[in-house]
Amino acid sequence: MEQSTAIQQASNVKNKAATKSAALQEPRIIRYTLTFIALAFLAFFIVLPLVTIFITAFQKGVDVYFAAITHPDALAAIKLTLIVVVIAVPLNAIFGVMAAWSLTKFNFKGKNLLLTIVDLPFAVSPVIAGLVFILLFGSQGLFGDWLFANDIKIVFALPGIVLATIFVTLPFVARELIPLMQTQGTSEEEASISLGASGFKTFWYVTLPNIKWGLFYGLILCNARAIGEFGAVSVVSGHIRGMTNTMPLHIEILYNEYQFSAAFAVASLMSVMAIFTLVVKDIIAWKSKSS
Amino acid sequence: MKKKRNFVLQSLALISVLSLSLTGCSSANSDEKASDQEAKKSVELLNVSYDPTRELYDEFNKDFIKKWKDETGQDVTINQSHGGSGKQGRAVIDGLEADVVTLALAYDIDEIAQTRELLNKDWQTEFDHNSTPYTSTIVFLVRKGNPKNIQDWDDLTKDDVSVITPNPKTSGGARWNYLAAWAYAGKLYNNDETKIKEFMKSLYSNVEVLDSGARGATTTFVERKIGDVLIAWENEAYLSLNELGKDEFEIITPSLSILAEPPVAVVDKIVDKKGTREVAEAYLQHLYSEIGQEIAAKNYYRPRNETILAKYKEQFPQLELVSIDDFDGWAQAQATHFKDGGTFDEIYLPQ
Amino acid sequence: MSSLIMPKKSRRIIPGFHLSLGYTMLYVSLLVLLPLSMIFIHTMSLSWSAFIDIITEPRAVASYKISFSTALIAGLLNVIFGTVIAWVLVRYQFPFKRIIDGLVDLPFALPTAVAGIALTSLYAPNGWIGQFFDFKIAFTPLGIIIALTFIGLPFVVRTVQPVLQNISAEVEEASASLGANRLQTFRRVILPELLPAILTGFSLAFARALGEYGSVVFIAGNMPMKTEITPLIIMTKLEQYDYAGATAIAVVMLVTSFLLLLTINLIQWLANRRFVH
Repeated sequence: MEQSTAIQQASNVKNKAATKSAALQEPRIIRYTLTFIALAFLAFFIVLPLVTIFITAFQKGVDVYFAAITHPDALAAIKLTLIVVVIAVPLNAIFGVMAAWSLTKFNFKGKNLLLTIVDLPFAVSPVIAGLVFILLFGSQGLFGDWLFANDIKIVFALPGIVLATIFVTLPFVARELIPLMQTQGTSEEEASISLGASGFKTFWYVTLPNIKWGLFYGLILCNARAIGEFGAVSVVSGHIRGMTNTMPLHIEILYNEYQFSAAFAVASLMSVMAIFTLVVKDIIAWKSKSS
Repeated sequence: MKKKRNFVLQSLALISVLSLSLTGCSSANSDEKASDQEAKKSVELLNVSYDPTRELYDEFNKDFIKKWKDETGQDVTINQSHGGSGKQGRAVIDGLEADVVTLALAYDIDEIAQTRELLNKDWQTEFDHNSTPYTSTIVFLVRKGNPKNIQDWDDLTKDDVSVITPNPKTSGGARWNYLAAWAYAGKLYNNDETKIKEFMKSLYSNVEVLDSGARGATTTFVERKIGDVLIAWENEAYLSLNELGKDEFEIITPSLSILAEPPVAVVDKIVDKKGTREVAEAYLQHLYSEIGQEIAAKNYYRPRNETILAKYKEQFPQLELVSIDDFDGWAQAQATHFKDGGTFDEIYLPQ
Repeated sequence: MSSLIMPKKSRRIIPGFHLSLGYTMLYVSLLVLLPLSMIFIHTMSLSWSAFIDIITEPRAVASYKISFSTALIAGLLNVIFGTVIAWVLVRYQFPFKRIIDGLVDLPFALPTAVAGIALTSLYAPNGWIGQFFDFKIAFTPLGIIIALTFIGLPFVVRTVQPVLQNISAEVEEASASLGANRLQTFRRVILPELLPAILTGFSLAFARALGEYGSVVFIAGNMPMKTEITPLIIMTKLEQYDYAGATAIAVVMLVTSFLLLLTINLIQWLANRRFVH
């Protein structure tokens, strides 16, 4: 605890120093140029696509917009997406904490390999990510006959969609926590343990407060990505209207029906959800700094 | 070393716990199924179809649901799944439990019959007309006024014409496009294969965007305004004309084209497992009824029923049509043209 | 080599090694390794020569070149602009900074298909941006680069940002008081600190770009030999019910990504070791 306040004090000092010392500031022209470049880049790559989505969404009027997002199929898609997120995100959060704990608090052989495996889902093409679950649980897959005989549906049903989503979003929490816990080291935990606290208590009262914002940040990114995943889910969903279509798939369907405005209306709803979670994250991050 | 062994033990313990919980879930699942069957008042069908039939089955399903309720008193819910024909075929093979499939080409259903024997190999004899209740053909969609004066397939090979068509490797529908062009060139050059290939090469070198699906190609042509001509199914061409701009495009029917036959089939193993055979067969049979044929015609598919075809003859101009049998069936066409190293690949490979 | 061997003391003091590592191993085994191993199992149905034939056919090779070069360029663009954005977000004040900061994560959250469609309509020849250019952007490799840059942007920004926040002012002050100008301080002091993070961000963005499918198919034009990306080759093989062929190409992609990430992680580890010891 004391250490973190010390860090905060140091960073406050740092901020003051940064504003005071001219040697630490770039010339104004460079500051403006850099800011301009950054903003222009974001404008072209992020803001304009976002604007396009909203303009197309409202092109046919507010009525079409609300009809699109309150259509039974759209509501079913929203519901399904939320169910998937509610299952996938907590599982990956627990995993993320476990993985970060083992990878940062201990040294062991093959650590780099394990770290790379944790990273791997970032790098696997969504097409492959979906395909592997088909190869595993599809009718021709490893468990295909058994699943068919017992009438258990994994792919083309909720479990498959959840699995694909877990796969794609698996590294987010772990990736957020690992660098954070690495810089924090193990001294605080060691102190707590040597004072007689149990392992769980140490985690709960010492580690967790230190990593909670990183954890939260990872959760939000994981959540955002889980809502938005398209490629992998598309392969395992079966595209049954009102049943196995998540929001991104529903958007694709609307688009393919030439209902461009409706498609973008649902897309804009997703953007709003995304921006909302991101703003929440920022507010919390800001509060955590000021408190 | 000792540590390692510990690990393995712990992992095994965890795996067994996990698999136990999995089976727990699954048994809960089957309980649910059982209670479903007790209340066997309503029945559910899953129709796995390809992209451009959405509007058709939207309308047709409503009619069938009403008809089935009137005749048997039973409620039927029809779930629709749409996507690229090959992708949908694959989904059924991999376990998507479709009661009926209504795909873009017989090849995809053949594949379902062969790889998993979900239905009989001679499924095409189950319903009339090769199990194809409606047909279509391949036409051109051009910009209003036809500025490039495109009338027939050979106009598509001219240097200044830019063509949009989907990739026959990823889009089942686009294979009909390719074969139609091939058939025209075959007639033009008396089946001289070198010349046909040259023709195809110059046609496909005019293709500016090779979308992965038929609807993507239409969007590229209509929304992005790329290309002078879109090679499309007749029903798709009419649909985009009516949905996206009557005064922006017109349809050109070439002198020769192919009879596109999108077939339908009941998936035997699935309907027997689910006990839905009766309603599934009635569902497909209803496509052949007068109402079914009328709905097909209204959605710009050419009906098999002569009287209804005659009623819509304005919409469906006569033209010379070859069929897939002229290519010795789908298995052969696939092997010659679309598999890796086939004639389509030759077009793009540097000589 | 000493760091390879576990320090005995810390192992004894901090609990949960077996539990956490066991759980991690189990989780990645069931959800990453087992599923991915299916790719290799299916490929094994091919003979070695058939496998080589499939992965070296001209269209596949052309697609590797396209995927690799566009992903590389997109990764480099992200390194440059991502670092600038991270710098600006950490060091400077300007209006709406918090919202703009939040927007950086949008590519994670937006479905890739939506991103692809939106970017295509912007950069198509008749689009808002595309119309100002004499040459085509969408439906060329340029379009692919744009989509991939969009996809990978958050990776670089989000890995560089926290490190930049942690660089202590004292170091910069020391550098300045020793007479270094701002550029020298940046090059000699700040950049070396940032480099590992930039490298991680680059490798993640690059690896993600190699595999991206959803957004690229809309904007690429998908012309064989010209704008056909490797994931699309996998899709075309699947459409032909050629599972073995599809998984063969998938093996190539997987191994490439894995080696890439492993190399970067090793470099990171070596770099860390140099600083720590």
